[in-house]
This record gives sequence, C-alpha cells and structure tokens, in this order.
Amino acid sequence: MNDAVTAAEPVRYVAKNMRVDLRLIGDMVSPGTRVLDIGCGDGALIEFLYRTKGCDARGIEIDMAEVTRAVAHGLAVMHGDADVDLHHYPDGAFDYVVLSRTLQAVERPREVLRQMLRIGTRAVVSFPNFGHWLVRWQLMTRGRMPMTPTWDRAWYETPNIHPCTIRDFFDLCAGEGYRVEQWLAADEAGRRAPWRRYPALANLFGEQAVVLLGRA
Amino acid sequence: MDTTDTLSRVAHTHVVFPDGMMLDCGVRLASMTVAYRTYGALNATRSNAVLVCHALTGDQYVAEAHPLTGKPGWWDAIVGPGLPVDTNRYFVICANVLGGCMGSTGPLSPRDDDPSQPWGMDFPPVTIGDMVRAQKMLIDHLGIQRLFAVIGGSMGGMQVLQWAAAYPDAVFAAIPVATAAYHSAQNIAFHEVGRQAIFADPDWQGGRYWETGTRPARGLAVARMCAHITYLSEEALTRKFGRRLQNAPKNPTEAIGLFGDMFEVESYLRHQGSTFVNRFDANSYLTITRAMDFFDLMTDQGGDLAAAFTGTHTRFLLVSFTSDWLFPTSESRAIARALNRAAANVSFVEIPTDKGHDAFLLDEPDFHRTLAGFLAGCAEHAGLGAPAAA
Repeated sequence: MNDAVTAAEPVRYVAKNMRVDLRLIGDMVSPGTRVLDIGCGDGALIEFLYRTKGCDARGIEIDMAEVTRAVAHGLAVMHGDADVDLHHYPDGAFDYVVLSRTLQAVERPREVLRQMLRIGTRAVVSFPNFGHWLVRWQLMTRGRMPMTPTWDRAWYETPNIHPCTIRDFFDLCAGEGYRVEQWLAADEAGRRAPWRRYPALANLFGEQAVVLLGRA
Repeated sequence: MDTTDTLSRVAHTHVVFPDGMMLDCGVRLASMTVAYRTYGALNATRSNAVLVCHALTGDQYVAEAHPLTGKPGWWDAIVGPGLPVDTNRYFVICANVLGGCMGSTGPLSPRDDDPSQPWGMDFPPVTIGDMVRAQKMLIDHLGIQRLFAVIGGSMGGMQVLQWAAAYPDAVFAAIPVATAAYHSAQNIAFHEVGRQAIFADPDWQGGRYWETGTRPARGLAVARMCAHITYLSEEALTRKFGRRLQNAPKNPTEAIGLFGDMFEVESYLRHQGSTFVNRFDANSYLTITRAMDFFDLMTDQGGDLAAAFTGTHTRFLLVSFTSDWLFPTSESRAIARALNRAAANVSFVEIPTDKGHDAFLLDEPDFHRTLAGFLAGCAEHAGLGAPAAA
C-alpha cells in the first residue's frame, strides 16, 4: 500500500497558505500567459496562476507523490526531472518558466537556466540566499555548516547541493548574458528587504531572492 | 457447448454501416457492424461523451454483467455512478473493436462474398487505425462532434493515442493508460508464442474449425496462459501463490503427476485459460494480436512521435504502473516527452503497485483518484460545469 494521496486531504484555498516566494513569483507573472513551473510540488503556484490570472500553467515535479496529488487536484503536472527533461520542450513554448527554490538542488544549475531561457521568453527564479548574515555568522563563529530556518538540513542529507548567494547568482546571469528585469530579496515571512538598490546589503539581509530574467 | 456458435448467437446492441469501410490494407468491408454499449445520458450540447477503448481480450461490457460469463463489467470500479468516470455526469460509450467477437465485424462475421460462411482466417488484417475509424463512424452516428474524453488501457491506450493523432479536434482529453506508441519486439514475441499455440492445435484446422463444430480450445487456452503471465509481475505471483502446492486433478493428461500435487500458480493459469476459451474466438485473437503488433505511431509519422501531436489542443493524462513490464513506464515517458516536444498539455503519473500490467483493471486508489481529478479539471476547462448533485 502507499499513501501518496490521502482521502482526508484538506481543502486547499489558493494563495492563503501558499509559500511566500510563490506569492512573490505570482506577482511577477502577467495574466493570461503560458507558464511552466519546474519543481512545482503539489501545484500551488499553478493553481494560483490559473485561478487568479487565467494563465495556462503547467508543472514538472520529481516527487511522484506530489505529482499524483497535483493531477488528482485537476492540475496539468507531469513527472520529470529539471536536469534531464527540459530539453524535450520546444524553443519559446512558454512566456515564463519558473524555478522556485529548486536551483540550488539541481545537478547543473547553469544548464537548467539555459534551458529555461530557451523554452521560455522569461525565467523566474527564486532561491534561498547562502550569503545571509546568519549563515555567515554561524560558519564564522562555529566553523560548522550553518543550520538556519532556511538551511535546515544537515550537510550529509540536504538536497541543496549547489547553494549560492545573491551576488553569485547575479554574476552567473551577467556571465551568461541574461537581463535581470526585476529582482527582490525577502525574509522568510515574505517581507521585502529594503535594499533594492544595494545588492550587497540584500545579500547580507535577504533570506531569499526572487529574480525575473530575460534573454539579453 | 460450441463456443463459436454461442458467440455468434448472442445479441448485442449494434449499428450497421451498410456502406462498409475501407481498411488500411486496401480491402473494403462491404458492410460493417459496430456493437457498443452506452452508460449515462448525453447532455443537450452533446459535450459530455466519454469513449472507453477496450484492451485485447476486453469488450464493450464495461460496467455491467457480461452476457456470456455473467461476470461484472471489466471496468466497473472505474465507470459508474459516482466513480472516476462518473456516469451521473458523463455519457460513456464503449464499442467492441473491429476484428472482435462480441458483435462487431470480425472473423466470426459472414463473408462479404458468401454470407453463408464466416470470414475465419480470410478476414482482412485490421489495424488500430481501422478500429479507431470504425469508432469514429459510431461517434458520428451518435451525433457527437467532439468527445470530452477518450480513455483506455493497454491496446485501449493505443486506440486513445490513435484517436488523438487522427482526430485531434474531436478529442478534448486523452487518457492513454499502461500503453506504448508502438508494440515492442518483446511484446510481439509473446504474441507470436500465443499464435503458434493456436496454430499447433489440431482442432484449429487452418482456421476453419467451425466446419466441424470444434474449436482450438487447448491452443487458445495456452495462448491466454502465456499472455496472462505477462499481465502480472513476479512480485504479484509470489504474493498470490508462492510455491504452494494443491491436489492435482485426477486426469493424468491434465497434470504432471509428481506426488499427486501441482503448484497453485499452475492451477490458476489453467483456470484462466479454460474460462477464456468460453468467451473468445481464436481467429479474433489472431486478428487483434496482429493489429497490436503492427501498431507504430512513430513510424506512421516518419520517425518522430511528436509529429503525431503537432499543434494539438488535447489535454493528455498518461498513466503507467511501476511493476508493469509489458508496457513499462519508460514507454509512457517516451510518449510524454514527445508530447512535450509538441508543446502539448500533458500530465503524467506513475502509480506504485506490485500488480503488473493488470493494475489498470484492478483496485488502485491512487490511479482512480488521479483519473477522477484529471477529468474534473478537464471538465472545468471544457465548461462542462459542476457535477450534478448526488
């Protein structure tokens, strides 16, 4: 027996208890567009985009139990892996390709970004910021891998094999020639950090970043 | 009881197309009968029709007692009031495939050139494409322009893919389950063993068994036993039977009389074989297995499966099962990727189970929930409105 989907699943109301970064991402997506959400989990963002913005939103998810949950909820989600399945999509098939809190967990982040901006006109990427002051402080004072509300798994079992800081990410985008059209840093509660003009400060005080990229 | 005779004498709901149909092989059937069953009611806008496509040895009796065996419908856990394919909401149609033996034109039907004789082995070879064209004629006859959904497992899934490729505008949602875009060499090999078992039965008589009132029961039973193994998994066989022994039948030709015992799995397979021959025609089995073997949507499209679905607006749900080694997940994934290349709207899940290929027919709650949820989502997009109050 497996309990991939339980019958007593609570009724989900979109956007209410949606993860903070998903709401910030949702705000960056224009209504009525075609969206692919990579690593969509149970499809909360897809449902939000469909219900509130009339988007044609679809998803890829690697965890089969989440896929089953999403499809059983009526959402267009397929089982797939960001590292291997993106090259099956045609060029420009979507207006936005979303990768929320998954970049740090894929095997080849640069290649995944390239694929995203090939199949989509724009890419929306959210990721936890490894440059946050608490991470730096813990590493400096304790000399051990940080354990924070955002980075909460031990080094030997974390799926986050490619952590990066906000500045690291901007460097990569510059190197790849992507245009940063919009970005913001936020804390875990979704309060936007006020360092919009100062990436160095955002990199110190933002727990997560949401970035809208375009092709150069 | 003469099965051939019994099979041709049972009355089935059917429609006759007096102008027949041109087959892929170039032969024209002068007249064609399609036997079918429906469940639920067609709505005023004729927009709630769901076509169910049956597998190799299935038939149109999806959700009601079978007229020959009296057993419940083969998908009565899926199709019915309040079930995933909800007959309170949808108008469900299932037709016996062309080449079948439950009332649609097939080897048991009268020959075009001599109606006093059945076609037998002279029945022209049919394809999955022919089966689907015959279903399309039925759908047109019922006055339905667009099917809300087409759904089927195994060979039924092949028909779903063929429907979506041939009539994309007539299919709002397509649900191919436990299937593939072509029949693999291994699958053809197993079919060939089954066919050779039928050919080797002296009662087959070159396919003209009706002339002497016999039927190749042993050959067909062996074909069914061989095929049945491919529908299960090692895990399921071990769980159900293990190495348990039971008393062997007294007739020494029926068993290898070692210590008077036989394995339970042997007994089970014999039962499967012997019940099958009472409801199926050997020549139909040969015809339909051949149709499956020749199915190859990719070759039809010049080697690119995505080309079969270019520009499609159909919403797809692909379902595979972890322990299915006859139509493994890799084959569903290949279809999903081709649909991605065609920028189609595709959902794809693999259901964990130890029940093998047969899982699509059995009680798999995750599968049923997925199917129900997908259909509900599609109904919303199709503007079918909320389900009728229970």
